[in-house]
Amino acid sequence: MSIQLRRAARALATFAATALAVSFANAQAVKVGVIGPFSGPFAHYGTLFKAGAEAYVASQGGKLAGQSIEFIWRDEGGPNPANTKTLAQELIVNDKVDYLAGFVFTPNAFAVAPLIQESKTPTVIFNAATSDITTKSEYYVRTSYTLWQVTVPIAQHAATKGIRKVVTAVTDYAPGVDAETAFKAEFSKQGGQVVESIRMPIKTTDFAPFAQRIKASGAQAAYVFLPGGPPNLGFIKAYNENGLKAAGVEFLGTAETDEFDLQKFGDAAIGLQTAFHYSAAHDSDANRNFVDALAKQNKEAVANYASVGAWDGMAVIHKMIEATAGKRDGAKAIAAAKMLAWESPRGPVKIDSATRHIVQNVYLRTVEKGPGGMLINKEVQNFGPQPDHGLVKN
Amino acid sequence: MQQLANIFIDGVSYGMVLFVIAVGLSVTMGLMRFVNLAHGAFAMTGGYIAAWLVRDHGFGYASGVLVALLATAALGALLELVVLRRLYRRSELEQVLFTIGLSFLFVATANLLAGPQVQLLPLPPALSGSVDLGVRTLPAHRMLVLGCGIAVLLLSIHVMARSRFGVWLRATVDNTSAASALGIPVQLVYVLTFAAGAALAALGGILGAELMPLEPYYPIKYLVLVLVVVAVGGLGSIPGSFAAALVLGTVETTSKYLASEYGSLFFFAAVALLLAWRPQGLLRARG
Repeated sequence: MSIQLRRAARALATFAATALAVSFANAQAVKVGVIGPFSGPFAHYGTLFKAGAEAYVASQGGKLAGQSIEFIWRDEGGPNPANTKTLAQELIVNDKVDYLAGFVFTPNAFAVAPLIQESKTPTVIFNAATSDITTKSEYYVRTSYTLWQVTVPIAQHAATKGIRKVVTAVTDYAPGVDAETAFKAEFSKQGGQVVESIRMPIKTTDFAPFAQRIKASGAQAAYVFLPGGPPNLGFIKAYNENGLKAAGVEFLGTAETDEFDLQKFGDAAIGLQTAFHYSAAHDSDANRNFVDALAKQNKEAVANYASVGAWDGMAVIHKMIEATAGKRDGAKAIAAAKMLAWESPRGPVKIDSATRHIVQNVYLRTVEKGPGGMLINKEVQNFGPQPDHGLVKN
Repeated sequence: MQQLANIFIDGVSYGMVLFVIAVGLSVTMGLMRFVNLAHGAFAMTGGYIAAWLVRDHGFGYASGVLVALLATAALGALLELVVLRRLYRRSELEQVLFTIGLSFLFVATANLLAGPQVQLLPLPPALSGSVDLGVRTLPAHRMLVLGCGIAVLLLSIHVMARSRFGVWLRATVDNTSAASALGIPVQLVYVLTFAAGAALAALGGILGAELMPLEPYYPIKYLVLVLVVVAVGGLGSIPGSFAAALVLGTVETTSKYLASEYGSLFFFAAVALLLAWRPQGLLRARG
């Protein structure tokens, strides 16, 4: 053999030996690849995912079903399907993960469907809330919520209260339009009338014109959908300052009073009604357990729908590991996941075997001052277990 | 009729906020001929300091704002002396690159020191309510912005036209070496003007905090908006920025009332038309 060839052969042999040794050393750990935003304006989601997932593993004693867990964190940044597909491919092919998890943005979640279908990798969605995602591959399980799931109950609630005229005001992007469609469909079905549908541009900073339009529409209530962060603050301020609250126009929302932003609204938020699946103030031992474990894992982490989505997502992965005895078997894992029912920090939940989406209680909450003077979403009514209405309809 | 009144009132009040935020940039870019894209960073700094003092250290609103303005002016002066002074002779591209990099530095620092959340600037009770104008109510805070905007406009016109400093500034901008030869302390003029620009930016950030919440990405998020107002108004012309802010603010508000599905289309169409009509800006900058 020539010198080069001999050198190459030696290098290859060393590499093969090392790779074998390393893979043997890690053979025991179950690998979970988590794709979330860890940088940029959405980085707080990544922090919450990490805190929720690691808190769950810690609460189970550091191992799930006797297997140690190795998390591999990857940064999706923002809505960027091409990048997410590359990350998922690397995780599946190079890192050989047993499970994928995470996903804040719908387009990113859609992008990995062909990969997970072909590689049979069970994928647990911690957040992305568009109904259609779980239909794109048999290997998706979702532990967050969908817009239809939480919007249909609030539309029914408005109708039951005797509200006949509602104006919808949503941020003009895909989830906002989805929310508007869901509300209109259900409210009209209940016999109500949506008098005006206002679309607010994403970059809006001055919400006064929209507040004035809501007032002028003559509606008894406003169904609102906002993306979270500064627009929520701007809108709620405009809602109060322009006298909408005083004029008796009711505020109907879903995720707008999320715990991450809630304290910032101050007294302006008191009395706002939302329908949602998780409140940090939910009165149950499972929830108190979750809040404590989360605080122990990361003092800065807020208990909200993102961290509980990660917590419950890991609970599902736990059961999947148990069912497959730590081995990689996508079909068996998903079959086990479809039968799951357990007590989550949000209340009793189960995974729907047809859609693989979480069926959970949706509650009507009002913002109040809780013990200690902090604002909380106080659950005042339980609408009962809601399936993903978006898929039931289609 | 009611809607017309609404559009007018909301348009003017939004325009005023834009003016207050943009006027500082008109000063630095126009008068000093320095492309300062870190303007938003000074606005954010002023807002953050005011929020921190009023919220966490029990300062009153007025005193907190005043200290924040002085602190930001001092920061501006320091940066000018130590770093930005070297950029005056450099090309515009280098100034752009540097100040954008500086903006990112401010973004990361704000994120590190105060976290990614929005910073609340609590208003005193006098400003938290709404004022009844007869036709409708207007938040008291917007009245303050209106008042401050007009005060800034009048004060700056007075300083530029009537005061000794205004004379010095105009001379220095026209011909630095001649001014220096005549005994005008040009370095001092530059530092003070930049500091004033930074203080105006801080005022804009504080007063605009109701509309443009203070968060780490603030300098990048609102940069285009501020640049547009300054460009349309005419670099260096404060009355020009005033006119541009009012016009653009009204256009934007009108489109929100009448055709919000089009987003900011009308705003940018107005910008394009105004710049095509008067590329130097609405009102000619002096010199």
